Amino acid sequence: MSNTAPESRVPRGARGNAGTRFRRAGRTAGQGRAALRVFFVGGRISYRALFNWISPVMYVTTMLGSPLFQILFFTYLGRYAGSRSDDFFIVGNAVQVSAMAGIYGMVMGIANERQFGTLTPLLATPANRLAVFAGRALPNIVNGLVVSSFGFAASWLLLDFSPDAASLPALAFVVVVTVVSCTALGMLIGSIGLRARDVFFAANLVYFLMLLFCGVNVDVDSLPGWMEAIGRSVPLTHGIEAARRVVEGATLGDVRGLIVTEALIGIAYAVAAYVLFRFFEAESRRRASLETF
Amino acid sequence: MLRVFWIGWLFNLKNLTNSLFFVLISVLQPVIFASIAFFMFDRGDRGGGLLYAALGAGLMGIWSSTLFGSGGAIQWMRWQGTLEIAVAAPVRFLWILLPLTISTATIGLYSIVATLFWGRVFFGVPLSFVHPALFALALPVTVVSLGLLGLVLASTFVLYRQASAFSNLLEYPVWLATGLLVPLSLLPGWVEWLSWVLAPTWGMEAVRNAALGGEVWEGLGMCVLLGAVYLVLGSFFMHNFERRARQQATLSLT
Repeated sequence: MSNTAPESRVPRGARGNAGTRFRRAGRTAGQGRAALRVFFVGGRISYRALFNWISPVMYVTTMLGSPLFQILFFTYLGRYAGSRSDDFFIVGNAVQVSAMAGIYGMVMGIANERQFGTLTPLLATPANRLAVFAGRALPNIVNGLVVSSFGFAASWLLLDFSPDAASLPALAFVVVVTVVSCTALGMLIGSIGLRARDVFFAANLVYFLMLLFCGVNVDVDSLPGWMEAIGRSVPLTHGIEAARRVVEGATLGDVRGLIVTEALIGIAYAVAAYVLFRFFEAESRRRASLETF
Repeated sequence: MLRVFWIGWLFNLKNLTNSLFFVLISVLQPVIFASIAFFMFDRGDRGGGLLYAALGAGLMGIWSSTLFGSGGAIQWMRWQGTLEIAVAAPVRFLWILLPLTISTATIGLYSIVATLFWGRVFFGVPLSFVHPALFALALPVTVVSLGLLGLVLASTFVLYRQASAFSNLLEYPVWLATGLLVPLSLLPGWVEWLSWVLAPTWGMEAVRNAALGGEVWEGLGMCVLLGAVYLVLGSFFMHNFERRARQQATLSLT
């Protein structure tokens, strides 16, 4: 009885190569699945474990209440100052409040690992670092969209904000791009938190500076040149400008340039954040300073 | 008693001054908000109101430092393990907590100094006060009345595990409801009723009128009156908290 199994007729060397390729392919697929699991499941677990404001009371007061009153405050201040229309302040602030999740949430998602003493075991795992890092962004992006949507909805209810219904899909798209971009800035600050002693100070400061530099309440064009230059190089600015134009009736095509710029800025910050994350990881291992403050 | 108050006030003032968080909310945040207001007023039809904006942003800083400092005072003492020692001390707990809440309002004075300096140097805000002596009187009276309001916050927030949630929530609404930057006449009518029981409303009126001209004594009088009411309320709540914490042995539970 002869062996007729296909592999028995394959030349020896070729059989070895095919086997290696199969094993490699299988290993790559396995690693891909593991990375996806780390991205989705790890991201969700890290959000539940590290987001300080996850309890219902904290979430409602901090993530919904505070942004709502921020929108009301600046809209009324705008009315008093007589500088721009209500819509200018509503759109600017309703988009900016997504930074509650994008900045604070991301900083908590990365820097709290060090604060809570779980960074060492995390970095001792062989898990794909990109998946570990990027997975933390997803819940915060969703969260940012919730906060921003709540801001728009509350403005519709309390401040007579009524954009054309036809503009809503375009507005939603602009907000998604802007929230993702803003979260990339949060990733960068969170990465700095792997080294800095008090990263929440930086997170608070960046959040407040956004109100001034990113055209949230004051036109970027009317700021002094150096402030405008800073404003135009950080996330939010172009997104807010695009959102305002969409609310005024522009189509996505009209604001394509602004959206692309916002997305590119977000990508640049995300890459910088990941590079910084890996750099601080390597440096912390080298200097044995992973959890020292 | 005076010595306890003085030492407690000074100690907490130094302690808070060394905190980056309080530097942020009492110096950097008011300067940022003042800058936003300066730009908005300048671009709008309120170009002459820059001193108004500087003072308003300064008092916003006083409220923020009082809210976050006093609201979380007892919780911080718990975390640091000093609450039991403070409660067990021979002097009444009220006399230990009061200097702390007054000091949280006092570091808010950095806000006024910062916004006036910032406004003068970078925005050319004119620093000419109509009643300089009354301005110098109105500031400490306002600070003490806010510190006493802080005592009420400290003694009520302690009943809730997540006091910081209320602190996060109450910053903007009180800025709005007390007319620190936005006149109350622009807000719904019921807000004015609410503003009457909040010391920052009257403190702002006294400080603003002393600087820009107008009746100062009414605001000062209301600050004193409300301060007395806050002291009585805070004392009652604090006694209640102390009694319950001793009975149920929950003093150090976080």
